[in-house]
Amino acid sequence: MMKDIIRIEQLRRTFTVGSEEVHALKGISFTICAGEFVSIMGTSGSGKSTLLNIMGCLDRPTAGEYYIDGVAVSQRTKDELSTLRNRKIGFVFQSYNLLPRTSALENVELPLLYNHTISGKERRAKAIRSLAQVGLQDRMAHFPNQLSGGQQQRVAIARALVNDPVILLADEATGNLDTRTSYEIMSLFQQLNSEGKTVAFVTHEADIAAFTGRTIQLRDGYTIKDAPVTMQSAQEALKNYGL
Amino acid sequence: MNILNLFKIASRALLRNKTRAFLTMLGIIIGISSVIAMVSLGQSSSLSISNQISSMGTNLIMVMRGSQRQGGVNFGSSNLQTLTVKDVNAIRSQAKYVSAVSPLVNAGGQLVNGANNWPGSIQGGNSELISIRKYKIESGTNFTEQDVRNSAKVCIIGKTVAKNLFPDGENPLGKSIRFDKIPFKIIGVLESKGQNQMGQDLDDVLIVPYTTVQKRILAITHVHMIMASAQSEEMAGQATREIEAILHASHKIKSGQEDDFSVRTQQEMLEMMSSVTGFMTVLLAAIASISLIVGGIGIMNIMYVTVTERIKEIGLRMSIGAKNKDILLQFLCESIILSLIGGAIGILLGLLLSYGASQGLKWPFIVSIPAVGISFLVCAATGIFFGWYPAKKAASLDPINALRYE
Repeated sequence: MMKDIIRIEQLRRTFTVGSEEVHALKGISFTICAGEFVSIMGTSGSGKSTLLNIMGCLDRPTAGEYYIDGVAVSQRTKDELSTLRNRKIGFVFQSYNLLPRTSALENVELPLLYNHTISGKERRAKAIRSLAQVGLQDRMAHFPNQLSGGQQQRVAIARALVNDPVILLADEATGNLDTRTSYEIMSLFQQLNSEGKTVAFVTHEADIAAFTGRTIQLRDGYTIKDAPVTMQSAQEALKNYGL
Repeated sequence: MNILNLFKIASRALLRNKTRAFLTMLGIIIGISSVIAMVSLGQSSSLSISNQISSMGTNLIMVMRGSQRQGGVNFGSSNLQTLTVKDVNAIRSQAKYVSAVSPLVNAGGQLVNGANNWPGSIQGGNSELISIRKYKIESGTNFTEQDVRNSAKVCIIGKTVAKNLFPDGENPLGKSIRFDKIPFKIIGVLESKGQNQMGQDLDDVLIVPYTTVQKRILAITHVHMIMASAQSEEMAGQATREIEAILHASHKIKSGQEDDFSVRTQQEMLEMMSSVTGFMTVLLAAIASISLIVGGIGIMNIMYVTVTERIKEIGLRMSIGAKNKDILLQFLCESIILSLIGGAIGILLGLLLSYGASQGLKWPFIVSIPAVGISFLVCAATGIFFGWYPAKKAASLDPINALRYE
C-alpha cells in the first residue's frame, strides 16, 4: 500500500457573496498516493480553483477534512499554513510568476529564504541541483526576460522542486505555452513523476490530461469522474509533433 | 525568519530597481545633509565668533558713562563727564580682583605724514592700556608713567595706520607724524590683530598717553571710558561688582538711585553672541528638518506605490511559504535600508558641504557628533515610521487574490 500524500474527506467550501451563499465545493472525497500523476479537470465554475487553493493550503475548507502528508489542515493557523506551503508543496503557475530582474538561480532560491533551517551554502547547492533537474544548469545567471516561455516555466518548476515538496501542484502550467513547449513541459513532469514525484495537474485541456495517469473531473462542486487513464508519453507526442 | 535571510530578501528586492531606490533615497539624503550642514555650520560660526571675542580678552571690563537726569531731563550719555581719573585711581587702589585699569579718552582727526594722510582715531590711556586691550608691541616701546605725567607727544601705532602713513614700507619708529597740528613721535608699532567680530579693523589704532589727549587736544578733565582687566576670566564677575561698589561710593549713588555709569564685560558680549548664534543654529536645523520629513514622506509614497505594483510578487512569496510577518518585515526592512543608506550618504554629504563652507569662510570645521548620531536615529525612525503603513498593507493581502491579481 502506497503512502497517502493527499486525503480529502467530504470537503465543502462555501463563500458568502453579499447575502447569498455560494457552494463552490459540495462534498468531495479522494486520495492521492505517493508517486501518482493526477490531473484535475473541470470547466470554469466547476470548483477546481477552489479545490486547488485548499490543496495548496492557501485556503481552509468550510467543512470536511484535508490531510497533506498526514497533517490535518483545517484547524491550522495562517502561519502554520505558510510553513506547510513552504515545506510540503511546490506550486507551478500558469504565468510562471518569476521575480523580474532576478536571476534564475535567485528565483529558485526564493522558497528556501523563508526556511531558516537551511544555510546559505545549502540553499545555493539545492537551487543549482533543481535547476539541473529541469535542464537549465547553463542558464542560472539569466534573467526571466532573457529566457523563453518554456524556459521560464522550467525555472518555475525548479523553484517548486527546490524545497523537496511532497507534491507538485500545477495550475494550468501549460496554459501560456504553445503546443510543442506544452509537450516539453509535460514530458518534464512525466520525468519527475517517474523519479517518484507526486504531481497534481489542474487543467481544462483533455489532451494535456492524457499525459497523466489518473483524471479527476469536477462539475458544479462535485466529482463526476475519478478514473485511472493510460498515460501517453509526452516524449512520443513531441516526436510525432515534429513530423 | 532569520535576519540574514530577511536582509537578503529586502536588499535583492531593492537592487531590482536601483534607479528608483536611489531616487527614493534622494529625499533623505538632502534632508539629512542639510540638517548636518546647518548644525555644523551654525556651531562653527558661533565658535569662530567666540574665538574672536576671547582674543580680545574675556577678562576685559568696560565702564561707560551712564545717562544722567537733571530735573527729569535725560541727558543721554555722550556729553556726560561723570567718569574721571579719580575713579580710575579709586579702582586701582581698592579693587582686589582687578589687575590693570586705564582711563580711555578718544579723539578723532586727520593723521599726516608729509604727503600721506589717514583719518585716525586717537585713543588716550595709561601705560596699562596696551595690555588691557590685548595688544602686543612688535617693535619699539610702550610709553611710561613719566610720559603720562608730562603729557608727552609720543604715540604707538597699529599696522593699518603705519601702512597708510608710510606706504613705502620705511620703518615708522622714531618718525614724527602730525595729528591736527600737534606732532607725535612714534615710539612703538603694534602687532597685527586683524578684525573683530563686527568687522572693525583693530589695527587702525593710535595710542597715546591720555593726558596728552585731555590737555593738548580736547582740553577736558574727565575721561570717556574706563577699561580694566580682571585677574582672570572667572573673576570678571566679582571684579565687575567690585568696580560698581567703588563707583557707587565715589559717585555717592545711594541704593535705588539710577547709576550714572554702566559696567560691561566681554564675557557678557560672548554670552549674548553665543545665544544669538545658538538660536540661529536651532532655527536653521528646524528648517532643514522639514526637508527630512519631506524625504520620509517620499519614502512612504514610493513604498506605497511599490506595494500595489508588487501585489503579484507578494502573492507568490506567500504561496511559497512567506508568512504575513515575513512580508511585513521585508517591506519594513526595505524602507529602513533605504533611509539608513540615504542617511549615511546624507551625513557624508553634509559634512563635506560644511567642510567646504567652513574652509571658504575661514571658520573652524566642527563635526557635531550629537547631530550625526541623532540624524542616524532619525533615519532609522523615518524608515520604520514611513515604512510601516505600506508594509502593513502588503502583509494584509490575501494570497489567493494577490496571486490572481492582474
